[in-house]
Amino acid sequence: MISIEGLSKIFTADKQKLTAVDNLTLDIKDGEIFGVIGYSGAGKSTFVRLLNRLEEPTGGRVVIDKQEITSLNSRKLRLARQEIGMIFQHFNLLWSRTVKDNIAFPLEIAGIAKAEREQRVQELIDLVGLSGRENAYPSQLSGGQKQRVGIARALANRPKVLLCDEATSALDPETTNAILDLLVDINQKLGLTIILITHEMHVIRKICNQVAVMEKGKIVEQGDVLDVFLRPKQPVTRKFVQQVMGSSEEDDDLQLLMSTYKQGKIVRLHFIGETTNQALISQLAKKYAVDINILQGKITQTRAGAYGTLFVQMDGKAEEMNKAIQYITDETSVEVEVIRDAN
Amino acid sequence: MLTDLFANIDAGDLWEATYETFYMTILALIGTCIFGILLGLLLFLTTKDGIWQNKYINFIVAALVNVFRAIPFIILILLLFPFTDFLIGTIRGPNAALPALIIGSAPFYGRLVEIALKEVDKGVVEAAKAMGAKTGTIIFRVLLPESMPALVSGLTVTAIALIGYTAMAGVIGAGGLGNYAYYFGFQRRDFDVVFVCTIFIVVIVFIFQFIGDFITNKLDKR
Ligand SMILES: Nc1ncnc2c1ncn2[C@@H]1O[C@H](COP(=O)(O)OP(=O)(O)OP(=O)(O)O)[C@@H](O)[C@H]1O
Ligand SMILES: [Mg+2]
Repeated sequence: MISIEGLSKIFTADKQKLTAVDNLTLDIKDGEIFGVIGYSGAGKSTFVRLLNRLEEPTGGRVVIDKQEITSLNSRKLRLARQEIGMIFQHFNLLWSRTVKDNIAFPLEIAGIAKAEREQRVQELIDLVGLSGRENAYPSQLSGGQKQRVGIARALANRPKVLLCDEATSALDPETTNAILDLLVDINQKLGLTIILITHEMHVIRKICNQVAVMEKGKIVEQGDVLDVFLRPKQPVTRKFVQQVMGSSEEDDDLQLLMSTYKQGKIVRLHFIGETTNQALISQLAKKYAVDINILQGKITQTRAGAYGTLFVQMDGKAEEMNKAIQYITDETSVEVEVIRDAN
Repeated sequence: MLTDLFANIDAGDLWEATYETFYMTILALIGTCIFGILLGLLLFLTTKDGIWQNKYINFIVAALVNVFRAIPFIILILLLFPFTDFLIGTIRGPNAALPALIIGSAPFYGRLVEIALKEVDKGVVEAAKAMGAKTGTIIFRVLLPESMPALVSGLTVTAIALIGYTAMAGVIGAGGLGNYAYYFGFQRRDFDVVFVCTIFIVVIVFIFQFIGDFITNKLDKR
C-alpha cells in the first residue's frame, strides 16, 4: 500500500544542517494501523508531512497505492492529496465555519455538487457520532468533538490512507480512548490504512498492528506490536514499553515474593497474545487439584490479545502441579517459568 | 432660542456638507478596502515562507506602502493635484478628493490586512493544503474568512482616519463638513458653524465605530 524508500529530509537553518528524517525505508500494508513512536524531536511529524509533501523531501521515494507521490507535479499532487486524509494534534478546524461546513470543505475543494455534498456530510456526521451538533461552531465544541470533526473532514473524500499526527495528544485519557475506538472502527468499516504518530505507548498498544520506533530521524526498531512489547531490543523501545508496563524492578520483588510465600511453587506466566488464555487460571484450578494464588503481575491488552506477566503461587501434590505446568506449555501460548520449586 | 444661538447656520448647507462627507468617506472606504486587501495579501503571500514567497515583490510593495504612509496627508493632496486633475478633470469637489483619500489610506489599511492575515492559524492553512486546496481556494475560503473580524475592525479604524482626512481635504476645497466649517465658520468668524460641524463629525465617527464593532462581534465565532 505505502512504500517508502530512502526518504530523507535535511533542514538548513542559519547554515546549520539538521537531518530530521534520515534515509528511511519502510513498507506499510493495506488496511494496517501503523504506529510511529518516538520522543520529541525524533522527526515523527516531519516524517508524516513528507508522505503528502507538506514538507518537500530532500531525497527518496514515497509510493502510495501505486502512485509515486514524490514525482507528481503540483496539480497532480493536489489531486493525490484529496485521497490522503490527515488529522492534527490541534484539530486545525476553520473557526468561521460550522461543523457541517468544516466537513464540507474538502468536498468543495474536490468540486462535489452541493446536494451530494450535503448528503455526504450527513453520513460523516453520523459516522463520527456528532449528530445534533451540525450547526455548532468549533469554539462551542469540546476537544474530543473537535477531533471528531477533524476525522470526519479527513474522511470526506473517501481516502485510502489516513495520516494522524499526535491526534490524541491534546485530549484527556478518556476522550483519547473514545477517539482511538473511533479510529479502529473506521479502520475496520472502511478498510482504511492508518499511520499514527504518537509519543504515548498506550496508544500504540491499544490500536496498532505494527509499530516503528523512531530516534534521531531513523527507525531503530520495527515489527508487530506484540513482538516489540515482548522483546524490545533498543533502550528507547524498552523505555516506551515501561510506560505501559511499569518499570521492571522484578528482581527485588522476586526476593520478597519468595521469602513471603514459602509454600509450593512460584511460577512466572508470560502472556503473549491470544485472548483465549485469559481463562487460564480458572481452567487450571478446575482441571487439576492445585491451588493457585495470584501474587503479582501486570497484564495489558493489545489488539493481538493479552500481553504481560503474572506471578502465581501454586500449591498441591507435586504430580498435579507438574501436570498443570505441562498443560500450560503444551496447550497454550503462555510461557511458563518455574522460579522456585516446591520444597 | 436655539436658532439665536446658531444664527449663522443654514440647514440646507449643513445637510449638503454632511452628505458630501458621507459620500467621500464611503466611496474612499470602498476603494481603500479593495486596494488595501490587495496590498495586504501581496505583502502576506510574498513574505518569507509565504505561499508566493518572493523577496523582490515583497520589498517593492513594502517600500511603496511605507513611503505613502510616511507622507503627511495634507501634502499628499497637494502632491497628487496633477494626477487628480488628469484622472477626474478637476481638483475641486468631493470626487476630486477620492484619489488622495484612497492613496492615503490604502497603504495604512494594507498593513492592517497583513497583520490580520498573519494572525490566521498556520495549521488551518496547512490543513487546507493537505486537502489539496489551490492557492485561490486558500485565499478566498481560508485566509479571508478566517481573518474577517480583524479585517472589519481594521476597516473601522481606517474609516475613522478617513473621516479626518475628508475634513482636511475640505479645507482645500473638497467639500464636506471640513470645508463648511473652514469657509463658512472659521473664515467668517462664525464659530457656531465650526462647533456644529465638529459635533456632526463626532457623531459620524461614532456611527462608523458602532457599525464596525457590531459587525466585528457578529462575525467573530472564536
Ligand atoms: N521547518 C523546520 N525548519 C528547521 N528545522 C525543523 C523544521 N521542522 C522541524 N525541524 C527540526 O526537525 C527535527 C524533527 O522535528 P519533528 O517536528 O519532526 O519532531 P517530532 O518527532 O514530531 O517531535 P514532537 O514529538 O515534539 O512533535 C527537530 O529537531 C526540529 O527542530
Ligand atoms: Mg510532532
